[in-house]
Amino acid sequence: MALSPARPRPRQIARTTLANGLRVVLAPDPSAPVVGVAVYYDVGIRSEPEGRTGFAHLFEHLMFQGSANVGKTEHFTHVQSAGGTLNGSTHLDYTNYYEILPSGALELALFLEADRMRSVRLTQENLENQVAVVQEEIRVNVLNRPYGGFPWILLPGVLFDTFPNAHNGYGDFTDLEAATLDDARDFFDRYYAPANAVLSVAGDLDVDATLAMVERHFGDIPERAVTPPPSFAEPPLTAQRRAVHHDRLAPQPALAVGWRLPDPLGRLDDFLPYVLLAEVLTDGDASRLERRLVQRDHLVSEVEAGIGVMGSAIDARDPTPLIVETRHPAGTTTDAVLAALDDELARLAGGDLEPDELERVQARLASRSLRANDSVMGRAQLHAVLEQQRGRAELADELPVLLGAVTPDQVVAAAGTLTPDERAVLELVPDGGDGSAGRADAVTREARA
Amino acid sequence: MTVVQDDLVRTVPAAGPLPELTLPPLSDTRLDGGLRVVAVRRAGVPLVELRLRVPFAGHGAAHLARATLLADALFSGTADHDNVALAATVQRMGGSMSARADADRLAVGGSVLAAELPGFLDVLGEVLTGAAYPGDQVDGERDRLVQRLAVARSQPGVRAAEALSRQLYGDHPYGRELPEVDDVAAVAAADLRALHAERVAPEGAVLVLVGDLDPDEVLGGVASALGAWRGAAAGAALDPPPVPQPGPVLVVDRPGSVQTTIRMGGPAPRRHDPDHAALKLGNLVFGGYFSSRLVANIRERRGYTYSPHSGIDHAAAASTLTVAADVATEVTAPALLETTYELGRVATLPVEPQELEAARRYAVGTLALSTATQAGLASTLAALVADGLDATYLVDHPRALQTVTVDDVRAAARRWLAPRALQTVLVGDAAAIRDEVATLADVAPA
Repeated sequence: MALSPARPRPRQIARTTLANGLRVVLAPDPSAPVVGVAVYYDVGIRSEPEGRTGFAHLFEHLMFQGSANVGKTEHFTHVQSAGGTLNGSTHLDYTNYYEILPSGALELALFLEADRMRSVRLTQENLENQVAVVQEEIRVNVLNRPYGGFPWILLPGVLFDTFPNAHNGYGDFTDLEAATLDDARDFFDRYYAPANAVLSVAGDLDVDATLAMVERHFGDIPERAVTPPPSFAEPPLTAQRRAVHHDRLAPQPALAVGWRLPDPLGRLDDFLPYVLLAEVLTDGDASRLERRLVQRDHLVSEVEAGIGVMGSAIDARDPTPLIVETRHPAGTTTDAVLAALDDELARLAGGDLEPDELERVQARLASRSLRANDSVMGRAQLHAVLEQQRGRAELADELPVLLGAVTPDQVVAAAGTLTPDERAVLELVPDGGDGSAGRADAVTREARA
Repeated sequence: MTVVQDDLVRTVPAAGPLPELTLPPLSDTRLDGGLRVVAVRRAGVPLVELRLRVPFAGHGAAHLARATLLADALFSGTADHDNVALAATVQRMGGSMSARADADRLAVGGSVLAAELPGFLDVLGEVLTGAAYPGDQVDGERDRLVQRLAVARSQPGVRAAEALSRQLYGDHPYGRELPEVDDVAAVAAADLRALHAERVAPEGAVLVLVGDLDPDEVLGGVASALGAWRGAAAGAALDPPPVPQPGPVLVVDRPGSVQTTIRMGGPAPRRHDPDHAALKLGNLVFGGYFSSRLVANIRERRGYTYSPHSGIDHAAAASTLTVAADVATEVTAPALLETTYELGRVATLPVEPQELEAARRYAVGTLALSTATQAGLASTLAALVADGLDATYLVDHPRALQTVTVDDVRAAARRWLAPRALQTVLVGDAAAIRDEVATLADVAPA
């Protein structure tokens, strides 16, 4: 008997497009006196030019450095002194800027987002300052710690061949230091036009009043031509690839295995079974790989399967991978882990999937979706990315139902495509390798089998 | 100053009033066995968040090792169900449940589809009364804990936290951040069973439930699921640690480190201390949020660091202020200088009225935000209730924040944010930084 997960009551969604092309999605909810505001620009790591790795993320920093009516750091000051919190982030296919505040501060938030969309202030001094800040960010998150950038910076170089998909999205220091003010202005002109953005608001708002405020603040931003994002699709892998990364700070080995998946936009029905498969593999102590690799064989201490390079299943276009990651003691070889992994996938592909196994993960996914829905920020962000990439913010409520309708046969078929011939394997070896101290370009491609 | 084109000039709208936090419907009861249950209705999505806090403090390295491993092995099996069955049962309800231990408490947390709460509580009750710690499962958890400790200690932030806590609190349980590998290796399954029998008891424990529930009706279900959980609290609350006496800057050598991990720590006022509200705001102005002096100085002006931060942590027996910044190795001494300067400035000079107002509004606003989701409210309440407070803090504390004056902040900052009141630990390349840091302060190896 299939468990019927509780469905959230469908949220009202109001949408419009301004004359300048800005798409607007509003989701009213009066249950708490807060609003979440998110602006998503349809540009991310994949669009940054060669020789400018890390530029999209650097530019995200520059968007917080002030605009015509907002001084450097004042965006933060305005939001925080209104009683709110804020941030931004850079992903493969979008860059987002968001704040959550008391509902009385909604107009302030709209003003601030519009001011930087209209007139971000780009200066040489701020550019140099934020290059230094980003370098410290890379040091603290990647260079100065074990497993830094593993696998999200390092696996794409093995799994993909084209620059957009394969390069280091945090950026090489030389590329960051080569960035110029003209680069920034060009990037802004090209990618930060209103027609390349979605404005999403959720929470304690009045639809008509908010639409009026949006028109008042964003309506006069001049229209600029926008080129739709190109396809970043690559031909499928035809043979396994293996690579080794040496990490002198890591105390024990690790492994990342990645497979390409069907186009999440063009082939959603073929894509969704993989979302469930990842959970069947590693969600909780009753999951396949936990039971086999951790508890039964004692091969690994941790194993995690997930969709996407940056940890979200539903916010990237094609190509998107499924990645299985392990940490294991020195006594375990990569081949032993791969053999056990392949064995479990083959069993699944042979039909060995209990209906209960699938229903359990469907129940968990449903409740995780509900939990994300409980936050106005979560809703505003999910609406924004679904509207931007698929034109359908309503998918936020529909996705849990679609996931609940995936059948065991579909998950079994998905498991059958995760074969050794079509994957990339990146092994992390805990030593200094050939003696190179730096780890900025540390993937040594060993063999393409 | 940049001249703004006429057609770009706009007026920044006002922020509007902060919302008044109103307490949601709740019940606060003690069950027969001594468990305090705080149940709060916060509808919105059909989920319930659960937080259980059991007093678990103890002295010595062996206790910390046992408590940590016990938390990892709590769900490894009961008389009736093995670990897989327990996990499958919880997952089938759309739930998750996990445990961790710290110096004060054993904490169990999770969430579940609201309709499945009774079964979820049954699992919790089964584990609390009958966790069996099967030998083979414990062996596996022990091995994994040992590996995770090695990974943790390879991170500079963890090493800095360990060195700072040890220096501040010595042999007091707050002086140990993580157990030692040798102590974990020596823990047997029988030790866990004994610890559980002795210490996993409802007396002094608190259970917080927040979500799509009725605060009164839910108590019957809690009583029936956890009614068999009995026992007196065998441990004692920790005595407060001795007041730390700051000494030289301690350097933990990490050759080749591309950053220095700077941590400065000292005592902070308890929640009930008269200085609590004033220091909260003073600390925000100094370095507690992005709009702070520390961020403006060493990040936005000088580019030394990515996320400098100063925060206050309230444990059961002591409160600690920690200043953190991860800076490029070559600017270690300048970053220390600027941080000390900002501490000295806030400790000796009055803050600007607008700085105080901004911090006040941020503190009040974010307290309200932290209660705007089920998960946020559950975690916030659990922290308060475990410390002997209750939900009225959510209304009383903002009122206290509203009354803080510039003079109050100055007095509190002089006492708690003075540079000389804090102990500094550096994890970095000693050969590269030692001499330059020594121009600012006495330095000693950790």
